[in-house]
Amino acid sequence: MSTDSGRPEGPNEGIPRANTWLLRTEHRDQQRSPVSFKSRSTREIRNLQMRKNISHATSTIREKRKKVVSEVENWEELRTRAAQIKQHTLSNLDFYLEEYERNVTEAGGQVHWARDATEARQIALELVRESGAQSVIKVKSMVTEEIGLNDFLVENGIEPTETDLAELICQLAGDESSHILVPAIHRNRVEIRDIFEATFAKKGTLEAEPSKIAEAARQHLREKFLESKVAITGGNFLVAETGSVAIVESEGNGRMCLTLPNNVISIVGIEKLIPTMEDLEVFLTLLPRSSTGERMNPYTTIWTGRPPAQLELGKETPFNEKSYHIILLDNGRTRVLSDEIGKQALSCIRCSACLNVCPVYERVGGHSYESVYPGPIGAILTPQLVGDPLAGELAFASTLCGACYEVCPVKINIPEILIHLRSIHSDHKRDTVLGNIERGSFGVVGIVMGNTNLFNIATASVSRILKYGGPVLNRVGKYLPPINGWIESRTLPDAPKETLRDAYRKGTLDALLKK
Amino acid sequence: MKVAIFPSCIVDTVFPEAGAAAIRLLERLGLDIDFPLEQTCCGQMHLNTGYETRAKKLAARHLTNFTPYDWVVGISTSCTTAVREFYPQLLGPTRAAVGGTGKFIELSEFLLDVLGVTELQGTFAKKVTFHTSCHSLRGIHLGDRPQRLLGMLSGIQLVPLPKSDSCCGFGGTFSIKNSAISTVMMEEKLANVYWTGAEVLTAADSSCLMNLSGGIQAAKKPLTVMHYAEILEIATRQTQGKLSNFSGAK
Ligand code: SF4
Repeated sequence: MSTDSGRPEGPNEGIPRANTWLLRTEHRDQQRSPVSFKSRSTREIRNLQMRKNISHATSTIREKRKKVVSEVENWEELRTRAAQIKQHTLSNLDFYLEEYERNVTEAGGQVHWARDATEARQIALELVRESGAQSVIKVKSMVTEEIGLNDFLVENGIEPTETDLAELICQLAGDESSHILVPAIHRNRVEIRDIFEATFAKKGTLEAEPSKIAEAARQHLREKFLESKVAITGGNFLVAETGSVAIVESEGNGRMCLTLPNNVISIVGIEKLIPTMEDLEVFLTLLPRSSTGERMNPYTTIWTGRPPAQLELGKETPFNEKSYHIILLDNGRTRVLSDEIGKQALSCIRCSACLNVCPVYERVGGHSYESVYPGPIGAILTPQLVGDPLAGELAFASTLCGACYEVCPVKINIPEILIHLRSIHSDHKRDTVLGNIERGSFGVVGIVMGNTNLFNIATASVSRILKYGGPVLNRVGKYLPPINGWIESRTLPDAPKETLRDAYRKGTLDALLKK
Repeated sequence: MKVAIFPSCIVDTVFPEAGAAAIRLLERLGLDIDFPLEQTCCGQMHLNTGYETRAKKLAARHLTNFTPYDWVVGISTSCTTAVREFYPQLLGPTRAAVGGTGKFIELSEFLLDVLGVTELQGTFAKKVTFHTSCHSLRGIHLGDRPQRLLGMLSGIQLVPLPKSDSCCGFGGTFSIKNSAISTVMMEEKLANVYWTGAEVLTAADSSCLMNLSGGIQAAKKPLTVMHYAEILEIATRQTQGKLSNFSGAK
């Protein structure tokens, strides 16, 4: 399919550039990630406090989710419907993007198209400069993190302030976010109190109580809301038929960002489109239950273009000092769209349910993924968006246990995509020595398994290896990569008397049975 | 009814006792069970590690080996999942269906849903806990079928395993590629197993059991690990007379 339909600044034009911004800061300037998932996660997993914080938070939210999901009788139907809506929209993206652009323009807003992170950042910066503002307030948004907006604004003399509580904590602490929904999930309330006291609150004045912490943040943010000229938002959904952006949040800060400043800039990925308001209903049922485990989220703001002009006292013509801009971002998405299996990942509504049930995420936390999008969704989205072969390592950060697929409200078959990406990634292993050894061994094993005679010999030798080599391997195996990690904490199985096939052939099955 | 056993290569090579137990159990119920010796590997390992082309060849070969059979009874939930859930994507849905992925069935499904077993005469007087493998739960959706079969035995004390549905950390090559995470997952799983005070740990998948028994042995804990087919076989070994309400409609 094509999305360019002759539009001069269309999202599908030109060759998408290598998109290293999705990877964490220290990797952006390099073509390859110097830190691998394996080494970072091996380090993170030793951080017992982090593991405790994450395990506590995710298990609480898992239980809440389970409860509220079980209340919805047609949950499975809704999931199927949501998946259909998304796939339909993605298959007709050119049509809906144009419809959306038309409706935003009619409502007095202005649409900008950004091919990649660099373009999106530049457009945003120019818009902020046009308004004359020195600072901006921000609604929690994954996509602005994806394009590295905050750092870029700071480099250009504009001060961004995050207004989402968890996002603010990360910003003040200089932390990378570690969860899609709860970016500061790796921190507990005592740590948060300390962060506040180290920045804006007076030392020794704050109790480590959630309500006290929230109140302190509220006081701190209130002034920013009142003095800011520009707000930058993401968007959960874009409704094509009305040209609206829908923002779903818990704290009400998003609504203040949309309504108080005169200039609103939304930056949203093109995959967030849905056709109609009626479709939105499906997603607003699925999203809060899947993400926070609530029946309904506290604040949903639907914003369409620029508010109408008003006649001001003493003036003769209607006056409108408000502006609305939306930057529609591609950043690798149209490339993902061309992969029949991988494109399912674009249906994601960033509910984070897959993170909360993932046994790997629970142990290693979000930072291990070295990517803006962590957890199962990160493992399938980042390698595809970045297009960097080595980011493909993330596709191996899973046991394929399938817990993510089971909870995904838009039915993204995450294990299927992981397997698909692994096969793309295995083609790149020629670059490394270990990769070549792995390729070689899997090649040989594949040949053996494809031939019964060779298989007979091989299976019989496994039991011989276990019998004669097992005791030795159990002792020295911890020094032998790649099996060292296995042997350190496990013993190899005992050697069987003979293989099942041999026993079956010889009629000695009974000798194998346990006493 | 022509029935073949598909024990998986890990059972064939490392845990043949589980395969032998499944064969003997089914024979006791009056069935003839074939072990087609041409069978090798279903291709799951290659598929999961990213060697799709090789996996495709193995998958096609695997289906051909079972052409003559009405049912192919598996005792490894992840291998049956690979055939039933992943072959359609790997080979294309039509080729998979024509090749017969629909006749691949797990032992407990076969006993309960095909044979209609509702009772089993046998005794196993031990405290047993059951680890629900990911693929039994979310791959082929076995639900509590294996536990229902175990529950038919007299004397058995089935103790629920806390967080039974969380992954044991094996994940095939995951346990080698990301061994640190795998180990933590395994240790947390085992902590729950020890907590139950069970004498026997069982599951419907020998790969999880290999992982867990490796950890149990290394920790030198006095716990027996066996496939649930072995428990059913041991329990019914001495049974005189009728074993079940099903007895051999060939
Ligand atoms: S992949 Fe599914 S479960 Fe995960 S964040 Fe996206 S929508 Fe939610």
